[in-house]
Amino acid sequence: METLTQEKLAEKFQAKIDADIKIEPNDWMPDTYRKSLIRQISQHAHSEIVGMLPEGNWITRAPSLRRKAVLLAKVQDEAGHGLYLYSATETLGVSREETIDDLHSGKVKYSSIFNYPTLSWADMGAIGWLVDGAAIMNQVALCRTSYGPYARAMVKICKEESFHQRQGYEIMSTLMNGTEAQREMAQDAMNRFWWPSLMMFGPSDAESKHTEQSMRWRIKRHTNDELRQSFVDASVPQAELIGLKIPDPNLVWNEARGHYDFGAIDWEEFWQVVGGNGPCNKERIEARVKAKEEGEWVREAAMAYAKKHKS
Amino acid sequence: MSTNEWPLWEVFIRSKQGLNHKHVGSLRAPDAEMALQNARDVYTRRSEGISIWVVQSALITASDPADSEAYFEPSDSKVYRHPTFYDLPDGIEHM
Ligand SMILES: [Fe+2]
Ligand SMILES: [Fe+2]
Repeated sequence: METLTQEKLAEKFQAKIDADIKIEPNDWMPDTYRKSLIRQISQHAHSEIVGMLPEGNWITRAPSLRRKAVLLAKVQDEAGHGLYLYSATETLGVSREETIDDLHSGKVKYSSIFNYPTLSWADMGAIGWLVDGAAIMNQVALCRTSYGPYARAMVKICKEESFHQRQGYEIMSTLMNGTEAQREMAQDAMNRFWWPSLMMFGPSDAESKHTEQSMRWRIKRHTNDELRQSFVDASVPQAELIGLKIPDPNLVWNEARGHYDFGAIDWEEFWQVVGGNGPCNKERIEARVKAKEEGEWVREAAMAYAKKHKS
Repeated sequence: MSTNEWPLWEVFIRSKQGLNHKHVGSLRAPDAEMALQNARDVYTRRSEGISIWVVQSALITASDPADSEAYFEPSDSKVYRHPTFYDLPDGIEHM
């Protein structure tokens, strides 16, 4: 009797997904759907938050007041994105603190791109243009994801992202119009961030263990390889226009496919970085743990103050 | 320290004069005043609003989605509540 009901519920659930009806927090959903969403949304939230660190590194050293104001606004947006997504995660029945602790213990990951260091000002250009560009590719697709709170957060995030990529491209284009040294700096940033940006879309479809189920649930709307291809196709002409070279000797336009062919991704590097052995993994988590621990007394004091003034 | 976790608040924003406040999301804050300030910073960085309401999530009573079919059935079955239910003689164009 009980199992029959569960089956019926699961059937109704999938029918709703197939009809593109959004799932809302209190609706019945399979446990595995809930778990997948918690993993995906919290990973996304952590990426927004950890993603503030490599850029935060350059706020005090921005080359002009204009660039500084822009970078501050961008980093503040990323904090907002993290908060929208932590709220969306909470609607699935996990506490925010638990979610954050899972990041700190390494149980849940964040985008591996943020484990690379930001060595020069040009990296702010490469990150805005390529990293936010890749993130936008992914996020635009997620505006139609099946879980209501996630989709709504994505719509708001996408609206805010639109300046992030432009400001990055503007930095790159300004440097490419500058001195020889500035052009070299921009190309160097490009060389370091190109491949890790392609890795942001995750393992190839053949290797991706979650893709098939996620597509059926419409948590994901495009596969990793599809999104990666769109990103390459969009980025190559943008690079060419300002004179940046894509660091890939195998990159070539394929007339028959109507897409660029590109070289093989170094998946060994990807798994190393995901596994905790990237250049900055330790530093990033340490910074987050420190922020939580050193803010503890502030959160406690605020709560004590609120309780006192309630009575 | 879960007992010390700040309560959850739902945020409603009036985007311009003449429109209802609309739910935009939630956040955590120790009290109403901080919830308002955080809501301004988190949800209105691009002139999305001219007024904010915050309500503690725990204080909201909601209908149960599992019962929604039966619960809203009375309004679905009363077609005579809609103007299209009524026959009008030819010659009446606007009513
Ligand atoms: Fe973001
Ligand atoms: Fe961004």
